[in-house]
Amino acid sequence: MIKITEKPIDIQKVVETASSLNAGAVNLFVGTVRSRANNKNVLWLEYEAYETMAIAEMKKVIEQASHRWPLLGWAVIHRIGTLKPGETSVAVAVSTPHRKDSFEACQFIMDQIKAHVPIWKKEVFEDGEEWVSARPEMVAKN
Amino acid sequence: MEQKERGYNVRAFGIAREIIGERQYFVATDGRTVGELRTLLMLKFPQLTTLRSLMVAVNNVYASDDQPLTAGDEIALIPPVSGG
Repeated sequence: MIKITEKPIDIQKVVETASSLNAGAVNLFVGTVRSRANNKNVLWLEYEAYETMAIAEMKKVIEQASHRWPLLGWAVIHRIGTLKPGETSVAVAVSTPHRKDSFEACQFIMDQIKAHVPIWKKEVFEDGEEWVSARPEMVAKN
Repeated sequence: MEQKERGYNVRAFGIAREIIGERQYFVATDGRTVGELRTLLMLKFPQLTTLRSLMVAVNNVYASDDQPLTAGDEIALIPPVSGG
């Protein structure tokens, strides 16, 4: 499963989809919305995706991962829309015969998603909003 | 709506969408490469130059500046991604 959804993510379903009877391990990563950023309270996050390309890029990531590790099953689901602190933004699960591969593959997939997939998030605070990582950081305050 | 001018429809996302003010923007140009299109957009919308990066995707694949464009290509502006 490789999916983008506006609905709350069903983590149990993610694990079930990734599971395999030939697997000794299922590794699950859950990304969650933090309540604070830049020392400010986050009211909510807005996630946006270029959906067709995001799915294509996620498929490429899974393909790369399956060449490096013996994946038996996988599930990647990213949520878009308005998300509140505590909610799940993304879930990745992979299953492999042995556990070491499952940890490595899951981390790789998540790192690649963050680096390449055309999805964007905007943090909304009481005093403004900011697209994460969009602009070079300002010089550190003293 | 008929387009009498030569050019390309460009989809914009995230902060690029906010800077341009629309989800889709028509760039009138005889230019033929990704780089030429990106330069034109940055001239038209200078705020785009303040971004950490601005990639272009053609038909759902990241493109380099020297890639030629064809009428009918789906073109999208990809500001710094922040998924996850």
